[in-house]
Amino acid sequence: MSWAVSTKRFVVFIACLSALTLTGSCGMFSTDVTSFVEEPFPKQLSEWRLFVSGSKPMTPNKGVVPYDLNTPLFSDYADKYRFVWMPAGTSAKYSEDGVFDFPVGTVLAKTFAFPATEASGKERIVETRLLVHGKTGWVALPYVWNAEQTDARLELVANPTEVTRKADDGSVQKINYIIPNSNECKQCHDNNKVTLPIGPKARNLNKDFPYADGAANQLAYWTKVGYLKGAPAADSAPKVPAWDKAESGSLEARTRAYLDNNCAHCHQPGGSAEASGVNFSFTHSDLRKLGACKMPNSAGYSGGHQYDLVPGNPAESILLFRMESTKAKEMMPEIGRSLSHKEGVALVREWLATLKGGCGEVKLAAK
Amino acid sequence: MKPKSLVLSALILASTFALNSCSAPTGEAALSSSLSPAEFQKALQEKLIAAKSGSVIELPEGRFQFDKTLSLTANGVTIRGKGMAKTVLAFKGQTAGSAGMLVKANDFTIEDVAIEDAAGDGLKTEGSTNVTIRRVRVEWTAALNEKNGPYGIYPVTSKNVLIEDSFVKGAADAGFYLGQSENAIMRRNRAEGNVAGFEVENCKNVDVYENTATNNSGGILVFNLPDLPVQGGEKVRVYNNQVVGNNAPNVAPKSQTVYNLPSGLGVSVMAIKNVEVFNNTIKDNNTANMHIISYLAMSQEIKDKTYNPFVSNVYVHDNQFGGSGKNPDARLESVLAVAKAVGQPMPDILYDGMVEPGATDAKICLQNNGEVTFANFDAANQFKKVSRDAKKHQCTLPALTAITLPQDGTKSMTSAAGGGK
Repeated sequence: MSWAVSTKRFVVFIACLSALTLTGSCGMFSTDVTSFVEEPFPKQLSEWRLFVSGSKPMTPNKGVVPYDLNTPLFSDYADKYRFVWMPAGTSAKYSEDGVFDFPVGTVLAKTFAFPATEASGKERIVETRLLVHGKTGWVALPYVWNAEQTDARLELVANPTEVTRKADDGSVQKINYIIPNSNECKQCHDNNKVTLPIGPKARNLNKDFPYADGAANQLAYWTKVGYLKGAPAADSAPKVPAWDKAESGSLEARTRAYLDNNCAHCHQPGGSAEASGVNFSFTHSDLRKLGACKMPNSAGYSGGHQYDLVPGNPAESILLFRMESTKAKEMMPEIGRSLSHKEGVALVREWLATLKGGCGEVKLAAK
Repeated sequence: MKPKSLVLSALILASTFALNSCSAPTGEAALSSSLSPAEFQKALQEKLIAAKSGSVIELPEGRFQFDKTLSLTANGVTIRGKGMAKTVLAFKGQTAGSAGMLVKANDFTIEDVAIEDAAGDGLKTEGSTNVTIRRVRVEWTAALNEKNGPYGIYPVTSKNVLIEDSFVKGAADAGFYLGQSENAIMRRNRAEGNVAGFEVENCKNVDVYENTATNNSGGILVFNLPDLPVQGGEKVRVYNNQVVGNNAPNVAPKSQTVYNLPSGLGVSVMAIKNVEVFNNTIKDNNTANMHIISYLAMSQEIKDKTYNPFVSNVYVHDNQFGGSGKNPDARLESVLAVAKAVGQPMPDILYDGMVEPGATDAKICLQNNGEVTFANFDAANQFKKVSRDAKKHQCTLPALTAITLPQDGTKSMTSAAGGGK
């Protein structure tokens, strides 16, 4: 496998060499996706050939499969376009709970874009984050799109960029959009210091996607094209609801799906915030583990609230306080947003209000 | 000849190309004080990302402004400034990330640097093994208030941690906070003007020595709390420290755990076993120089079944006490209740008298502490049988073992008087 990849790289190198003398640039000749599994990684996104040259940047190349998640992470209302590619003849191994076991060479691409704020305008593509399964593990590579929107450049530490967004009331909102640096990518993607994808789990992929050749369930489609082995039929695979579609699941299930994808990457065993003692993973049903009547103990300023989660009392729950805040020291997630997710907050608030029990009388006494 | 030179020039072209386009050189910009704040922030973060085992990142003299967390994940890296008065990483107005510096890497050393006004914690290491923090100053320049960052130097879930010759001021929760960690030494540090000076929370095998805690609300706190994944903290030695005049108002809001720390507490030993406190000077702390208590005094319902709220096997010997309890913290009702029961000034050592049911060898031993005053305030029976008699506690416990760290050449002392007299 790795030999095949090296060969491919060598071929590309030769192609580059001849292209260089003819055109002064490389990447014009080969049309297949090129996987890089070790440093140095390409400086330009176009060198991966994930998207068809000369077309809109988001038209996937041969073998690049778009995908979507039932409930995604909130990122300042950015639209996200996700793609997966695997080396020919390889496939991911299905897993019921965690992320799939992807082969070396896998490329997961996620592009962040903001729709035009006026009718004549164009969608603004800001960044494409690649998560590449390299020889020694997953590597996070943030590519930042140029102003001309023709290509993106690898920037391990990118500058923040101003984007605009049309709010619900029609006003145009300016956002200081922070592109995470590659260490910050790890902050969310690490589990026990191993970088891993977060989104492509069975429960999150188990939905239909409108492929060019017709709508199909993603698990079935990945299996059909050879990207997934060992998956059961879609209706016997786990599935989380879409957080914002009431018909897709109960209020509780949708909230748990939201917390699973917005909080659990850190707040779970092995995650960056394991030490907090709360676990937002979808796969347990212990309210206490979600922070019910639990004092945070070592979390610093918590808005004057005592417990992580107070059943029946959203206003006294630190969970909601942190979701609503946009201050660096208070907000959760700590990185990846500069706005509060109004609709997500509303969902969690509604669910908290339905819970019964409260935390009893708040007793405070001296040590 | 000609074909050969063609090949040669192609190779030269190719290598030029490789340098200019196919690789992504980062971390190469010099960290010069002539860079703009944005450039310096970017250059330093790039260096931290590009760092490999053995890398030494030298920070120049100067004051450098950051608006987001600096982070390190590469193992084996040293960050070195020009001194904690000379190289200042300033985070006032930080807009992104909580910590000033966030480290998740093994074999990490940071020395001779200051971190000021981080939005959240100053320097946090998480899940890291072999951490050395030397001559680092973390400070909030505003007067102590609840909006300062919570923790100054904060290793959590870390192992083999050495913190020495460092300084923290202004932390809204704890200056030095060792949490859920094991095998650690904190020595020759100074904490002043924090809510808690030093905290050892849910940790195992820790030596705290030759530190100074002054003008905090509380000096040195050794304890276990429920609802944290790492439980069973024990084996902590606190010796040769100066814990004097920790009477700063506790500014924490009522909702926070640390609110329950009385202002004017020197040394706190709570809900932990196997603690040795010796050769310290513990003076002029206005609630009490020391207390030894269970977590039950917190009146919190304990839902964490893995948590043991009792305190046992605490050996307090050869300390110098004086000037305790002249002005107990009137903010806390329970402090007032204890003060009423035992009288003022409060004695040097307060003990709540709670013993784990069924525990046969649970001991609190007080030896050779000079003219120490003592009270068991009988918390279990609402202060009915307050006892000032320390004779019951004339016992000894085996000395705890000195902590050794792989990165530390010097030998720490063993307790000469421990287990003896």
